[in-house]
Amino acid sequence: MANLFLMTGVFILCFGIGYLLISRVPPLLHTPLMSMTNAISGVTILGALLIFSHPTSSFAKILGGIALMAAAFNVVGGFVITDRMLKLFKRNNAGMDET
Amino acid sequence: MNQMLQYTNTIIDLLIVGVLIIGIRQFRAPEQARRGNLTAALALGCAFLLVLFRNGIIDIFTVVISLLAGSVLGYAVARRVNMIQIPAMVAFQNGAGGIAAFIVSLLELTRGGVHMPFINQISGLLGLCIGSLTFSGSMVASAKLANKMRQTPQILNKHSFLVLVNGLALVIVGLAALFAPPNVRVPLFILQILLGLAFGVLFSIRIGGADMPVLISLLNATTGLAAALCGMVISNQLLIAAGATVAASGSILTYVMCNAMNRNLGSIMIPAARAPAAGKEQAGEIQGAFTPFQPLDHPEQEEKREKDEVDELTRAAQVLEKARNVIIVPGYGMAIARAQFKVVELADLLEERGVETMFAIHPVAGRMPGHMNVMLAEADVDYDKLLEMDAANEKFPETDAVLIFGACDVVNPAAIQTEGTPISGMPILMVQEAGNVIICNYDANPGYSGEENPLYEDKKAITLFGDALETAGKLIDVLALTDR
Repeated sequence: MANLFLMTGVFILCFGIGYLLISRVPPLLHTPLMSMTNAISGVTILGALLIFSHPTSSFAKILGGIALMAAAFNVVGGFVITDRMLKLFKRNNAGMDET
Repeated sequence: MNQMLQYTNTIIDLLIVGVLIIGIRQFRAPEQARRGNLTAALALGCAFLLVLFRNGIIDIFTVVISLLAGSVLGYAVARRVNMIQIPAMVAFQNGAGGIAAFIVSLLELTRGGVHMPFINQISGLLGLCIGSLTFSGSMVASAKLANKMRQTPQILNKHSFLVLVNGLALVIVGLAALFAPPNVRVPLFILQILLGLAFGVLFSIRIGGADMPVLISLLNATTGLAAALCGMVISNQLLIAAGATVAASGSILTYVMCNAMNRNLGSIMIPAARAPAAGKEQAGEIQGAFTPFQPLDHPEQEEKREKDEVDELTRAAQVLEKARNVIIVPGYGMAIARAQFKVVELADLLEERGVETMFAIHPVAGRMPGHMNVMLAEADVDYDKLLEMDAANEKFPETDAVLIFGACDVVNPAAIQTEGTPISGMPILMVQEAGNVIICNYDANPGYSGEENPLYEDKKAITLFGDALETAGKLIDVLALTDR
């Protein structure tokens, strides 16, 4: 039961913090934001990895392999494409006041 | 000692979540966003190493091969896509997240069996549904966005009824799986996945065209939810935390998109009444841009049309020559004509001639939130020149000329002047308040909403119909000929 409260608490807390931070993201960056959060949702890669920490059937191994592959595609592809996009955002005439 | 270790682990998890949040926080300003993305990637990398370190991996070979295959593929695809393909790409990656989530839930449910705590079992079943519907929904969305499938909504016979039946079946099978004897559980899990897949297809095929930004935002939220549920099955706080943040982000974007169209989520999910309107877009904006321009049959008529076109072009050039400031309004029509580079060339030419040139971007222009900004950034537009809707609306009254490229509904004054249209109440870019409006759309057909645009009849309007790429080229040629 304590586990349920902890998990629900973590979910609500992170949803709340995420909500506060993300509502301040300007529309200019909405596409890269979605692309990055998409990459973050590939965090299931951790779950897929954990499958391989127990002895499993070969069928489970195949499925687990697919999950790992899909999640890795999501994480790596997501971060790379977000980086490519963000590189495009430039301010030509005022490069000096960048921090 | 054990207690101690658990505390340390929790603290490390919290630190990683903290780093992730710092990464997201940096998305508040474009200068820092790139670092933010790298920070988030770092957080995920650390989490990955941590899991490796804490748990012994048995089958290293399979793990390494799968990881390598996925990463290399992901990297190669991400390097290649261009900015117009981003929505399709994001939808596809979303689907990859969905499939990973439901497979992990399935394997953990079968491994844990009936001995698993009840709450983890419920999360697992929900994870199966949400993961599989995200997967199939994203694949449909991706196919639509990549033009491999008809973009218009496809409405089946008794569509809402089918969705309802499918939804009920998901609940019933889920409950049955929860209380079923161990030997029939696995088939029920599989059935649950199949039903989830069907549900994803059913709800996404009837959303299309200009409503895609809502669908893609919603799917973003569901992948986050699927990841969080996946975390609840295995009681992993990191997964729950990261999933919850993504779910929050997707929810906000869904809300912002619905607001920008003044519609509620329900009316977008169940667009039954909009079917005929959508058919018009097929004939107009979307399909039109892909088929070559059909010349008219009658020679006199064609001559007249050409003469009109020349007149309008000269008028447009005169307006642009006299203008002190110009605002360009890009729409998805510009994107499908791949005209953004030409349009930016035109903007640069105007700037060179001392005309202050900005871009006004409606939140739902394009096929995903913020799509136009990325397209223009790719064409090297300074992001200071990209105006959000409210800022642009303040500027229109003192703007000499507005240039519209492939946008219709987002500049349609009927949204604020006429009651009872599909777009009534939708906030628009008030281009009619500017001195002159030059419309470079493919034709005068209505946009996705099917609502006629009175702007075409406005006295201020100069219309240059045809392919946006060609029109921008012609404007550049005419302007280049005249000295200032």
